Amino acid sequence: MTSSQTDSQPTAASQHPGWFGDFGGQYAPETLMAALTQVERAYEECKHDDTYLSELSALQATYVGRPTPLYHAQNLSTRYGADIYLKREDLAHTGAHKINAALGQGLMAARMGKRRIIAETGAGQHGVASATVCAMLGLHCVVYMGAVDIERQALNVFRMNLMGAEVIPVTSGTATLKDAINEAFRDWVANVDESYYLIGSVVGPHPYPTMVRDFQAIIGQEARRQMLDTVGSLPGWVVACVGGGSNAMGIFHPFVGDRVVQLIGVEAGGRGASIGDNAASLVYGVEGVLHGAKTYVLQDKFGQIAGTHSVSAGLDYPGVGPEHSHLKRSGRATYVSIDDTEALHAFAETSRSEGIIPALESAHAIAYACRLAEEAAQGGSILVNLSGRGDKDVNQVQDIMDRDR
Amino acid sequence: MTSPGNALDEAFARAQANSRAALIPYLTGGFPQPSEYVELAVAILDAGADALEIGIPFSDPLLDGPSIQRSQQQALEAGVTPADCLEYAREIHTRTRKPLLFMGAYNPVLAYGVSKFCAAAAQAGVSALIVPDLPFEEQAELRVAAHASGLHVIQLVAPTSTPDRLRRACEVATGFVYCISVSGVTGARRNVAITARPVVERVRQVTHIPVAVGFGIANPDTVREVATFADGVIVGSALIDLLSAPGDARGPAVEFIRDLAEATAQ
Repeated sequence: MTSSQTDSQPTAASQHPGWFGDFGGQYAPETLMAALTQVERAYEECKHDDTYLSELSALQATYVGRPTPLYHAQNLSTRYGADIYLKREDLAHTGAHKINAALGQGLMAARMGKRRIIAETGAGQHGVASATVCAMLGLHCVVYMGAVDIERQALNVFRMNLMGAEVIPVTSGTATLKDAINEAFRDWVANVDESYYLIGSVVGPHPYPTMVRDFQAIIGQEARRQMLDTVGSLPGWVVACVGGGSNAMGIFHPFVGDRVVQLIGVEAGGRGASIGDNAASLVYGVEGVLHGAKTYVLQDKFGQIAGTHSVSAGLDYPGVGPEHSHLKRSGRATYVSIDDTEALHAFAETSRSEGIIPALESAHAIAYACRLAEEAAQGGSILVNLSGRGDKDVNQVQDIMDRDR
Repeated sequence: MTSPGNALDEAFARAQANSRAALIPYLTGGFPQPSEYVELAVAILDAGADALEIGIPFSDPLLDGPSIQRSQQQALEAGVTPADCLEYAREIHTRTRKPLLFMGAYNPVLAYGVSKFCAAAAQAGVSALIVPDLPFEEQAELRVAAHASGLHVIQLVAPTSTPDRLRRACEVATGFVYCISVSGVTGARRNVAITARPVVERVRQVTHIPVAVGFGIANPDTVREVATFADGVIVGSALIDLLSAPGDARGPAVEFIRDLAEATAQ
């Protein structure tokens, strides 16, 4: 058999659940396979269990503060020439959308009888959300966080500790989010019976990309209804930042069937297009396998995972959720990048003109929305997922501003 | 041309005929020194190892403990590539007919090109591939390419494998079945034999191909214990630890392999 024949054969794997076109799957060590099946079954049960669903829904209202508002950013809209609407996930409890998936999974883990929760975190928002849910549910929480991120997100480390979570610094590799995920997997492999791995994004082996997307889809469901109720029409564009891609999948998902709505994911352009200078997997990466899924990955020609750079710790990741890879390949969504400088500018501008300090992650989405308003969307309407608030970033941004002064 | 996989089958048959378990050390490609790797590998095989697992270094080895992680990092910093590992295999293969295996993550194989990699590995004299982040569900493409080149794709089973998974893994297994001794990453542990034995027994019920045990085996005593119920023992981190020591570590490493080999009698 020639190599081209072999490579072009469809694999049996692509018929399995957990695949989004050519992407996804379960590239996990055998030690974890039974646990993944267990998670898959538990999730299937929860999806159809009225007790679970009503408990989740009650806590979304009383604990998280859902639905989060939709805000018409009047000043930005006037300046750039299109109506910019911000979905205020920054107003959710703990200050970011991460709480949506942490709550859904935390409740499920408790039902499964798992008393120990493992989580990874980049910017610290998912770590904080996990620590929060664990405190509320009385579960032990262990959070892996890159040593580099611990330094730039000291406030979030304190918040996690305050809520009783154990934060373990990760010094291996590049000491950022990807290495924290490696360590979290290693912990899970060793403690799989009593532990649940609460993944914070739409990444990892099946069922995580589907399950986390479903928990985050509440963002898009609410926003879609809010647009129809208050504006009377769907937005022309939906814009969200993409690191692993959970806030973007969450807001995109309910709009995927609305062909008139353009979906735009904004990745971290960092300081440039060279390998190691950005974290834009969909813009600059190639197909590969990382952290349990086939997806676009930033890597060198030998298949070694690349180092990444972004001013935003939450976007600083060399992979991306497999469903985004599928949305890109199928053409349903478009992925672009915004660099550090543009994101910092949007961070300052949104603070000054709207009185909202956005997370540096979300500032990437706002920066692109403003450019879009100016160039292609004149007179149209743009829905932006304001995925988190920027309080966690103010020290870092102050340092950058002082340095540049 | 005979299938390269046969060298591995013959090694197990030979060990079995001598009432021994096959000793299979793991050595990260290009570690500790790329320039001395081939000599070291040959010395280890000559000291009594029955086969050698050459680790293809990866930036993000999910299933490895600190020792092997560091060795891979060091090899990558020294510039070791999959092509270098193929070259090591080719050179080792000209010096000894003992079987060589490649162990590593899937992404470097994908980046090389699955079919191209399998053909090159077979050409270099490699007998089998172990890809720990590729469960049997996702192996279709690799298995087709590997078998076309005469390579085994080694199946792993773990203490956590359900009976159904274990049966399905053994159904597609060729070469040998790799029993992971404990739930955890690679690295020395106590009581390996106690947790490994039931896994081996479960595998024996569904297949007749050889069964080897790996993860956590660090000394002759454990080798002796595991050899009583398994056809092969795989030793990785303990060897890497010895080779990580400052100074000339080759002497102690060769001595260590000799001691382990003596402990393989069944």
